[in-house]
Amino acid sequence: MTELAVSTKELVKEFPNKRAVDGISLDIKKGEIFGILGPNGAGKTTFLRMLATITKVSKGKAMVFGKDVTKDARKVRSLIGLTGQYATVDEELTAMENLRLFGQLNGLSAGQSKARALELLNQFSLTEAKDRPIREFSGGMRRRLDLSVSLIVKPPLIFLDEPTTGLDPRTRGEMWEVIRNLANDGATILLTTQYLEEADQLADRLAIINHGRIISQGTPNELKSLLSDTQFEITLEYMRDAERAKGLIKAEIAQEAMISPEGTKLTVKLADTKVMTRLLLDLTQQDIEIKEFSVRKPTLDEVFLELTK
Amino acid sequence: MESVISKQNNLKSALYDIVVMAKRNILKIKHNPDKLIDVTVIPIFFMIVFSYLFGGAIAGGVQGYLPIIVPGILIQTLVMSSAATGTQLREDLDTGVFDRFKSLPIVRIAPLAGLVTSDILRYVAAAFFSIGTGYILGWRPEAGFGWLIVASLLAIFGACAISWVFALIGLVSKSAATISSISTMVTMMMSFLSNAFVPIDTLPHFLRSVAEHNSITYLVTAFKDLANHGEFTSSASMTIFIGILLVMIVAPITVKIYNRKI
Repeated sequence: MTELAVSTKELVKEFPNKRAVDGISLDIKKGEIFGILGPNGAGKTTFLRMLATITKVSKGKAMVFGKDVTKDARKVRSLIGLTGQYATVDEELTAMENLRLFGQLNGLSAGQSKARALELLNQFSLTEAKDRPIREFSGGMRRRLDLSVSLIVKPPLIFLDEPTTGLDPRTRGEMWEVIRNLANDGATILLTTQYLEEADQLADRLAIINHGRIISQGTPNELKSLLSDTQFEITLEYMRDAERAKGLIKAEIAQEAMISPEGTKLTVKLADTKVMTRLLLDLTQQDIEIKEFSVRKPTLDEVFLELTK
Repeated sequence: MESVISKQNNLKSALYDIVVMAKRNILKIKHNPDKLIDVTVIPIFFMIVFSYLFGGAIAGGVQGYLPIIVPGILIQTLVMSSAATGTQLREDLDTGVFDRFKSLPIVRIAPLAGLVTSDILRYVAAAFFSIGTGYILGWRPEAGFGWLIVASLLAIFGACAISWVFALIGLVSKSAATISSISTMVTMMMSFLSNAFVPIDTLPHFLRSVAEHNSITYLVTAFKDLANHGEFTSSASMTIFIGILLVMIVAPITVKIYNRKI
């Protein structure tokens, strides 16, 4: 097997009235949590569906563990687990029946699939609800079951299409924990999300896509630093120190600080946050009294808004 | 992550997939027995109503009408319940569960084949309740129990063949509601323009020729001949011929469209 879990080249999906995915080239390493971030209709789900062999590729190439999703679809299917945006389990059946059914369809015998079902129900705290039909499940339980169905045969690559959309904050946190554990166990995870916080929390690397194209990719921190550097704000006790402080900062890090209109606040961009302590120390040694200070990194929201503008 | 199951791609695993899929449909019936109303309550209801309503007018009494109406209701029930294949397929296609099926290492035809297979159980129920009600009302087929089973098997075969047509309608229709109205229209026309409820020679000339060449007429006649006289007549051969022809023409089209969707 190659070192890449997923590799796409100029992947395109054309619908009669729309080019949903417009030339995406992406490499995902084994063991990574890779996030695809984008607004509604950006082409996230379509991209995932092509990799999961559900939707046909219009143009370009997509490989999963070195297997072509078009030519080797069946092999690819035995290497992936998919949890869709909408419940991809049978609403009318119970949790246990769903797990056993999908276990058997994945090639397990009746006995193996029952054993594995019990194991997963326990792992996802669904044992008590095992004989209830899915339509009686809450949103969080449904997602957990959905995910556990994807894990029946321990696939090395797991696709999660908006795994926490519509969940309350607590349940979302639980889901994140589950996803991290999967990655710790060695699975490669490709997830799509509309939530920047989620991408920030989970993904090792992420790609921001809009109108079917990748507009940026990198680690969450790289993406954040794209927009601008860290902002360091220092508020002084006395207005009279402002000019002196500005001069000191310039001497220290060769950066022009901005003095706020009321004259006590200085704002400076920092490329390296380590110089912060040095600056504070210098100012104090020069008897400049500091009232308060703060550091602000641009949020992924700001990056996102900036990039999808 | 060493425990990846690599599934064999052979006939045995294909049949296994189909059996598991059929089991899924049976589980759904178990959880929601309402799905059986069309093959239990409806034949009982129709059998009683039709016998008492039309018996006197058509055959001079309930007893005289039973040999006509029991096969008629049985075949109509079977045709109507074979329409459920289309609705069920549409419902599956409309839910997320089909995405899951598509991402599984199974033979692509398994969900459809499983559906057609599990429907056989519904047909058995339809035959049982129609014939059972007829028996309670006093119908005694002369050829005996063995021939009755043969006749029922032929009727179930007919329903299986027709279910492929409804599966096709299910695939190309927009919604489950469209399918029910189309199939109600088709089944009504097919069963009323045949000898299912009335002797064919009472019909005006142009209707008579339509009814004579209606495939339902062959099926009803074949059933009557088998159950009442223990005779495998030309109508029975004709039924088998039409059934096989229908499957040979419609099934490949259905499968082709289905594979494109999946």
